[in-house]
Amino acid sequence: MRANTWAGRNKVEVRDVPDPKILNSRDAIVRITSTAICGSDLHLVDGYVPTMQDGDVLGHEFMGEVVEVGSGVAADRLSVGDRVVVPFPIACGACAACAAELYSCCENTNPNAGIAEKMFGHPVAGIFGYSHLTGGYAGGQAQYARVPFADVGPLKIESDLTDEQVLFLSDILPTGYMGADMCDIQPSDVVAVWGAGPVGQFAMDSARVLGAAKVIAIDKEPYRLRMAERAGHVPVNFEEVDVRSRLLELTGGRGPDKCIDAVGLEATHGSAHISAYDRVKQAVKSETDRPHALRQAIMSCRSGGVVSVIGVYGGLVDKFPAGAWMNRSLTLRTGQCHVQRYMKPLLERIERGELDPTRIITHTLSLEEAERGFEMFKNKQDDCEKVVLKP
Amino acid sequence: MELTAATTVRKPVAEVFAFWRDLRNLPAFMGHLEEVRTTGERTSHWVADAPFGKNVEWDAEITEEVSAEKIAWRSTGDADVPNGGTVLFVPAPDGESTEVHVGLVYDIPGGAIGKAVARYFGEEPHQQLDDDLRRFKQVLETGEVVRSDGAPWGKRARKEFPQRPAQPLSDAEWEKGPDA
Repeated sequence: MRANTWAGRNKVEVRDVPDPKILNSRDAIVRITSTAICGSDLHLVDGYVPTMQDGDVLGHEFMGEVVEVGSGVAADRLSVGDRVVVPFPIACGACAACAAELYSCCENTNPNAGIAEKMFGHPVAGIFGYSHLTGGYAGGQAQYARVPFADVGPLKIESDLTDEQVLFLSDILPTGYMGADMCDIQPSDVVAVWGAGPVGQFAMDSARVLGAAKVIAIDKEPYRLRMAERAGHVPVNFEEVDVRSRLLELTGGRGPDKCIDAVGLEATHGSAHISAYDRVKQAVKSETDRPHALRQAIMSCRSGGVVSVIGVYGGLVDKFPAGAWMNRSLTLRTGQCHVQRYMKPLLERIERGELDPTRIITHTLSLEEAERGFEMFKNKQDDCEKVVLKP
Repeated sequence: MELTAATTVRKPVAEVFAFWRDLRNLPAFMGHLEEVRTTGERTSHWVADAPFGKNVEWDAEITEEVSAEKIAWRSTGDADVPNGGTVLFVPAPDGESTEVHVGLVYDIPGGAIGKAVARYFGEEPHQQLDDDLRRFKQVLETGEVVRSDGAPWGKRARKEFPQRPAQPLSDAEWEKGPDA
């Protein structure tokens, strides 16, 4: 089959690779009809996540048709011919983490748990196409994928919704939603979201759906801010205004009640010297992540507020404002999304028309054009917000 | 050499104990074990894949057994590497899981065998036992050892690092199997 693979830092390559096989009895093989490029794929390609290998199949946002199931998958749970969206964390459904609906912390799905444990203290779940640290699973930017624990994760789509309407249930819609969900939003809340990429846009829509009084979008790309504005959110361009002053203005001097970091470890910053400081520390490996958005969210949040982190961090950060966090009674909440927890309720919101995930799609390409898709998305060319690939 | 490790399995104590007590189950999750055969009520014959290319075999006997609480065993006769182990099974505070506390003792001899054993266990011998217990948990909670494209051969995952790429196996790789 054809698959988009990691070919070294800053390089992806669509190549011929073998078709997937059933390796465990609860696997299924899915013929992929739609897949997408995620911002977190850029972290892999930019070389910020260790344990990538030449030839790793990328991609963790995908959906398609079940073409084979293992002997351990009950027919009433999943059968050949079912149309499914596959959640990016691989979860067993049986361990204590899964029982607590903490699917991205599943205790059983990472064969390389020993490596992950060294990095993170305790292991994390397996993730499709996301380094060997998260299991070494081939990803979904391909014609076919093997899906382990197919009787646990995949969501059957039985209505006539299009691929584009449901594809993002695999990751970015639940991820954005969890960012808002962790904020315990009250009707009087002003919610500020750092990052108007795909996850940020969905965090904003989710904050609105959960009842926020006002939602603020912080980014530097005019086209991304326009996209947020069209969806009813208030744009703040950090290259044009001082973010803290503007947030104080927009909140009557209080600061946002809830702040969401949808940026993560490769943040850029309006202040060139702070940006350079972190970039240099990252380059000499004395800091692995650049946490500008997180720092600013903590400093901006009103006392007693919640800072919710869904942007991806991989390692260590420097100059974490622990004083602001502690003295002003802030709550910091975070997690790789527990996608399985949110898929069904979000599907219902899509069916009811409360959320329109298609609004962020700017480019639809064939799988063969994956390299161009990565280029455009990374360099924000042609107002690229979200690339969907068709195998 | 003494190794200790612990894991928590989300299954009742009786079930977790029974699985371990049937020593024939051990090779399913313990990386170095090829086979354990029961030869009597308390005696068994163990086969391990050895670092120097041939199998090592020895007999063992259960020295202590308290149902749903504890098992202890030790090798008997002239084992190349005299060894023994103790496992404690303790109900976890959540009321539904079982804590499994394992202690293994290897009496590593001098000479070529001792050197080979040391090389086999490497710089972090406890890591192998940690991985064994992770797979023990996988088997009890999910039914089998979990495989990925990078680590397709189950309990041999550790040996394979750095791994093959995370892409599906070719038919040729599949046919050759884990020891290719």
